Amino acid sequence: MIEFEDVTKRYPDGTVAVDTLSLRIPSNEITVFVGPSGCGKTTSLRMINRTIERTGGTISIDGEDINGKDAVTLRRGIGYVIQNAGLFPHRTVVDNVATVPKLLGWDKRKAHSTAMELLERVGLDPKLAGRYPAQLSGGQQQRVGVARALAADPAIMLMDEPFSAVDPIVRHQLQEELLRLQRDIGKTIVFVTHDIDEAIKLGDNVAVLQVGGKLAQFAPPAELLANPVDDFVRGFVGQDRGYRALTFVHPDDLPLKPLPEALAVQDGVPVGWRNGSATELLPIGSVFKRGDSLRAALDAVLTSPTGCGVCVDDDGRAIGVVDQATVAEVLRS
Amino acid sequence: MSWIADNVALIWEQLREHLYLAIIPVILGLIISVPLGYVATRYSWLANPLIALGGVLYSLPSIALFIVIPAVLGTKVLSTVNIIVALTIYTVALLIRNVIDGLRSVPADVRQSAVAVGYGALHRVIAIDLPIAVPVIFTGLRVVTVANISMVSVGAVIGIGGLGELFTLGFQKDFLTPVVVGVVLSLLLALVADVILVALQRLLTPWARVAAPVGEVA
Repeated sequence: MIEFEDVTKRYPDGTVAVDTLSLRIPSNEITVFVGPSGCGKTTSLRMINRTIERTGGTISIDGEDINGKDAVTLRRGIGYVIQNAGLFPHRTVVDNVATVPKLLGWDKRKAHSTAMELLERVGLDPKLAGRYPAQLSGGQQQRVGVARALAADPAIMLMDEPFSAVDPIVRHQLQEELLRLQRDIGKTIVFVTHDIDEAIKLGDNVAVLQVGGKLAQFAPPAELLANPVDDFVRGFVGQDRGYRALTFVHPDDLPLKPLPEALAVQDGVPVGWRNGSATELLPIGSVFKRGDSLRAALDAVLTSPTGCGVCVDDDGRAIGVVDQATVAEVLRS
Repeated sequence: MSWIADNVALIWEQLREHLYLAIIPVILGLIISVPLGYVATRYSWLANPLIALGGVLYSLPSIALFIVIPAVLGTKVLSTVNIIVALTIYTVALLIRNVIDGLRSVPADVRQSAVAVGYGALHRVIAIDLPIAVPVIFTGLRVVTVANISMVSVGAVIGIGGLGELFTLGFQKDFLTPVVVGVVLSLLLALVADVILVALQRLLTPWARVAAPVGEVA
């Protein structure tokens, strides 16, 4: 657990970046700091590894004050990922990943083999190990950044807007992979973003900060959407928070209807909707899986040209449909 | 031609002296500029005055420097130390700008992540900052090496000038061959030195020549 107690950062010119921030970041979960620019979220993050020194209050990790050991030792025990990855351009991918193990004095061969394992773990082709960062795409660089942060198996990983600079499709993939990775590794992750959607998607807990470094609300995302404490949080989580909250509704018993005649399937996989006598099929719209959120089911209904959202199994085969009336019924309940 | 054959030993001796007088200042200058440049990036208010001072020093006429240095240092007028000190001053004057620019060329996010993964200050400069600054520093190193090789000849005026002494010899005897030999050899020397530096740079920076990725693939 990382504990902030009345933590303040005041710059010599009098600007207060973080103002008496107190919160407890639970272990083995993802905690997201979110807020508009100037809210002190990055400053708060960077005070944890002392790349920014606070001017008041205490920060402790598992009960130990972070000022108890020297900053360099502290940092080697905390993974760190930033926007654009910040990879060392003069080192190969595998050497970048092996950075911290080497700093810790590991045996060279062990550092190298650990780095290779991590590349695979973050979904990178081992063939890329000998490349230089400039030869990688933004998404690949960011994966290397995550691998580097995890190389020495730290208990804590700090992530400062790591996915902000990549395109939306790649960002979505990286987010999914972070969640998948986290299910395996269970690190204490502190994640900074200005994107409330990202915060809600990734966070087990979300700390909403407002300009001037004040904590507005600290809660799990479902709670944040359902009960924003004040106008600032209400405004920040957005107008469509009701719709977003459906992300956290998982109707296990959403009644499916049998596949209609109009749905064209190929080996069980839905390929489109028949449109009268026309030979061209209409697009299928988005599909959802059994056990997906109500948001996914509603989206499938809204994007389908027939008003019927298609539900598929894990292999992508159609197993049934829901119509508007069914979703509306679940929404009412 | 027969003059060349008769004076191979002399030519060889002057060539060696020329190389020595040109290269030692480059090495000394590099050893001085790197820490100085680092200090200037650490205390950024120092950078511009240092670069300006470098400009002023570089604009000093070399002959004046060759003559003033013995008076200041108390060395003998015919000591090679005078040339070495003078050329070291020029080297630092030129190189300081490249070292500062080179260290500044390290991207902020790279420096930030170097600190965050746990590099101490000195370790970071040696392992991260300087290697990344190599291409910019080498640009200056190439200029200064060639400049030094040409400037050594000026030392002939005060009696120590490597191949430059072949010029004085030729002029005194009103005889062109030594002059031509001196010119050709100093050009060759400059060329070879530059080729070696380029090769060294390529060896040190394999990462600087890689191609950018084709397309964005996650």
